[in-house]
Amino acid sequence: MATHQGFSIRAVGARTIDSVLRLGYATRFIARTIMSSGTSLKRPRLVIRELYFTGVLSLIIILVSGLFVGMVLGYQGYYTLQTYGSESALGVLVALSLVRELGPVMAALLFASRAGSAMTAEIGLMKATEQLSAMEMMAVDPIARVVAPRFWAGFISMPLLAAMFSAMGVFGGYLVGVVQIGVDEGSFWSQMQSAVDFQKDIMNGVIKSVVFGFAVTWISLFEGYDAPPTAEGVSGATTRTVVTSSLAILALDFLLTAFMFGGV
Amino acid sequence: MQRSTLDLWVGLFVMGGIGALLVLAMKVGNMSGGGGGETYALTANFDNIGGLKPRAPVKSAGVVVGRVTGISFDNDKFNARVTLNIEKTYTFPKDTSASILTSGLLGEQYIGLEGGGDTVNLGTGDKIKQTQSAVVLEKLIGQFLYSKAAEGGDKK
Repeated sequence: MATHQGFSIRAVGARTIDSVLRLGYATRFIARTIMSSGTSLKRPRLVIRELYFTGVLSLIIILVSGLFVGMVLGYQGYYTLQTYGSESALGVLVALSLVRELGPVMAALLFASRAGSAMTAEIGLMKATEQLSAMEMMAVDPIARVVAPRFWAGFISMPLLAAMFSAMGVFGGYLVGVVQIGVDEGSFWSQMQSAVDFQKDIMNGVIKSVVFGFAVTWISLFEGYDAPPTAEGVSGATTRTVVTSSLAILALDFLLTAFMFGGV
Repeated sequence: MQRSTLDLWVGLFVMGGIGALLVLAMKVGNMSGGGGGETYALTANFDNIGGLKPRAPVKSAGVVVGRVTGISFDNDKFNARVTLNIEKTYTFPKDTSASILTSGLLGEQYIGLEGGGDTVNLGTGDKIKQTQSAVVLEKLIGQFLYSKAAEGGDKK
């Protein structure tokens, strides 16, 4: 009994120390990545290549999801608003919910599962097949050559994807609200324009997506770099990327919303 | 993948992202144009426009016939001057009256036009003389309370 108790306490201790160590390692990892971004600046082609994989190839899923989310918002918003006879506020509802919350959050979740998991698997497999060690042997820093370009690509593409998601969603809301249901077009746009503030709503949404882009790429790259060099290890790391990124996005979103809109 | 195709796609991606941001930003500013067709401008002075906004619809018998394009304060008469753009296909007689109405209990405000019997029609730049202001709920309640109090005073 006593040994069992001692064991479980030891397990708690070991886990705590492990997670603190991992957090410290992750912080040193991201610091090293940013410090060794010189190569990416000198050879922007590396970043452009990664922008293609993380950004361009995520376009379809982002645009289609944005359109559908906007259309669903149009239907649901109309259903609720028409009970109060204020269906002309549909544009405000669609635009504000997309620009402030859904655009950055949904785009980041999709980005984590589409591009983040791919980054983790790629780097994890590079590690498992000892490509990273081979690079080190050739005096090529794998962080500067492999990790940093991917980090910057994710960091750049995330706000762009979120903006496209929001724009597409507003268009979807317009399609359902104005074209299909027949909400007055003038009041749809005019109320939207008078309610959406560039500084307060759109820029805060952009800031959110930048923060999410940083968090998601950081988690994906670190999980890949830290993955045990086995098939199991890589698959586990990919799963952890999606789970941890999603949780991080939602938690960060809560914090950012509390800071940005909490006082309003 | 060819280098140039890669560049093209990334370029398109970045342009698309910035374009989307611009589209979002334009939503805040004024949407230019919108709804083709020729229009002519009318003005009307109201004592109180309530919550009327630019681009609000102008309706006659429930049909949208134009839009509010401008709201300003008339310094001589101390009331609000509203500019309306009416589509060319719709004509209204000189003695048309304009009133600010609300769609639904909490809905948006719009301008309702009611045609009169004059044979001459309103043209560009003309002014609608008969206007009715927006209903201000506070004033209405105030009047109601006042009349109730007056009634109570009579009975004593």
